[in-house]
Amino acid sequence: MSAVPAKLPGAVEAVLMPFLNIMVALFVSGLVVWGLGEDPFFALSLLIEGAFGYEEAIGYTFYYATNFIFTGLAVSVAFHAGHFNIGGEGQAMLGGLGLTLAVLWLGDTAPVLSIFLAIIGAAVFGAAWAFIPAWLQAKRGSHIVITTIMFNFIASAFLAYLLVGPLQRPGGQMPESSDFPDGTGLMQFHEVLEMVGIRFEQSPLNASFLIALMAAFGVWFLLTRTRFGYEMRVAGKNAHAAAFAGVSVSRVTIIALMLSGALAGMMGLNELLGEQLRLIGNFTLGYGFVGIAVAFMGRNHPLGIVLAAVLFGVLYQGGAELAFEMPNITRDLIVVIQGLVILFAGAMPHLLRKPVALLYARMARKGAV
Amino acid sequence: MKYLFIKMLALTALLVGSTYAATAQDFRPVLLYDIGGKFDKSFNEAAFRGAERFNTDTGIEFRDFEPNSETQYEQALKRFARRRADLIVAVGVGYAVAVRNVAQRYPDVKFTVIDAVIDLPNVQSVTFKENEGSFLVGMIAGMATKSGKVGFIGGMDIPLIRRFQVGYDQGVRFVRDDIEFIENYVGTTPSAWNDPIKAAEMAKSQYARGVDIIFSAAGPSGLGVINAAKDSNALAIGVDSNQNHVQPGFVLTSMLKRVDLAVEQAMQQAKNGTWAPGHVVMGLPEGGVDYALDEYNASLITDEMKQRLEEARAKIISGEIAVADVEGSNEGH
Repeated sequence: MSAVPAKLPGAVEAVLMPFLNIMVALFVSGLVVWGLGEDPFFALSLLIEGAFGYEEAIGYTFYYATNFIFTGLAVSVAFHAGHFNIGGEGQAMLGGLGLTLAVLWLGDTAPVLSIFLAIIGAAVFGAAWAFIPAWLQAKRGSHIVITTIMFNFIASAFLAYLLVGPLQRPGGQMPESSDFPDGTGLMQFHEVLEMVGIRFEQSPLNASFLIALMAAFGVWFLLTRTRFGYEMRVAGKNAHAAAFAGVSVSRVTIIALMLSGALAGMMGLNELLGEQLRLIGNFTLGYGFVGIAVAFMGRNHPLGIVLAAVLFGVLYQGGAELAFEMPNITRDLIVVIQGLVILFAGAMPHLLRKPVALLYARMARKGAV
Repeated sequence: MKYLFIKMLALTALLVGSTYAATAQDFRPVLLYDIGGKFDKSFNEAAFRGAERFNTDTGIEFRDFEPNSETQYEQALKRFARRRADLIVAVGVGYAVAVRNVAQRYPDVKFTVIDAVIDLPNVQSVTFKENEGSFLVGMIAGMATKSGKVGFIGGMDIPLIRRFQVGYDQGVRFVRDDIEFIENYVGTTPSAWNDPIKAAEMAKSQYARGVDIIFSAAGPSGLGVINAAKDSNALAIGVDSNQNHVQPGFVLTSMLKRVDLAVEQAMQQAKNGTWAPGHVVMGLPEGGVDYALDEYNASLITDEMKQRLEEARAKIISGEIAVADVEGSNEGH
């Protein structure tokens, strides 16, 4: 047993291990489905069909993935600086508010300008909401986990207040704002494809997916190619060493958390500016929390996060289709399946590590002979 | 190898998917619930019962869906509209904007929306005169109260629920004008429908202040009020469905809002081809609202009370008694 190599080759580590973990999660989910008296293979085929089977499904899958890319990156940026931002939910709500204000303010007179302002507004409001806990952490030592989670509740109450008060749609009864003025939405994916002559079914997938990919690239660039990113990572690994080396840890903390808040805030671009075209209370739907799972499944690497986000997009979209098609499988069971994937692929990534490493070592020995 | 596996998987998925579609029946009705969920013993469950009756009568299966947040309204509507459902029944005023958006995009699909009014050629809007039914249960409360104090607990504070309160208040005062009236609302967002604990706290505080009968118009939250009535040995009035059986002896009566009738009728009409867009109002004359009388509350409602109720009913129907209404109760967009 002592011959188990501590490190597996990169390809095995990055591709095979997550794949095996997901297979285990699906297997256990299959047992649950089977226990409910449904055919697990049929359920799985419905899930995959629902996520990739037709153009609109693909659009929905990547639409959900966009949310998770933003919130996953948000968690990961804070994590690289050594902090656990679980306030993505609240920061996304404030981001949604920021973009709504921009669109409602300028949407009638200058739609295009208002879209740009909305993108900035989403990021700025999200960052501003993260600033307070960040400042408290950096200057007063208040634990960021406690403050950010508290700020989620404040954000949710604040949004509810605005949406049943000053921002409520005239004559409406629900907590939602007026419709955004015409022409102030982000471009839909099918519209873009139509311009180059490709027909694609209508789906909510929109330009914010590209913004998300750019954000992922930006995060990668910041972390690995800039001085500030290096400072962040050093401060995250060992704050004392960083301070000793002349890094202002409080400055790094505040900026990293504000970046994190800005990324979370931009989630609203996809949900509100891309699809709903009005501010709805409670629009974040827990995506901010799922971002934590996405970030850890993606091993905090931007590319990994994009892939994990797509996987979660598949689970959300395919899972919803599954719930529609099989009445026995309720919305709660879909949460169970998602939870199992998080458990096996996110929380217990080393479950299969040892057997795989042993197998690999044996194969390597054979290969050498 | 792995690639082959995925290909096979996709192929089975396709095959299975297509056979599934082929066995589907000709008429496909869909029922979408509000946030409270299917088995809330109240509003949504009434809708479910209506669809169930349609199913028993005709043998036609219906699909249903419970959204868990208001963002899913539109997604669920689109999903079923895309599958070319023949009739989509959406219950709840919260669906107003979502139904308007989706109905415009899918002009060939019929929509019936309950509690909201939407003026589109493929939408049928059904609204109820909740104030008239609430007037009757208000009279019962006025006749039954011993402490001279009655309470009201609303779910989400919106004009639609204010309409229950106005009718109830007027009914109470129609019987006695020396009654003290206390009202509370659980919240201002849709989560107020789903918070029986907070509703129970409000009810307990009202009972502690001397109220002996509370009418709750709060969907699933109202179950908290009924349980609080039992704990405080007082009375509650149920809403939407007949809730007399929930805590027998502690539920004075229930204000019936016949969502089940509306759902069943819409499905029947769509199946027979008599479905028509427009606005349908269901009040006392149409049997859309009423108070509940069964074996669980038979001992609580006396013959004298029944007689006075029937007189009032006749006067409301003839127009002699005008029950006040709340502006904008069925608006949502």
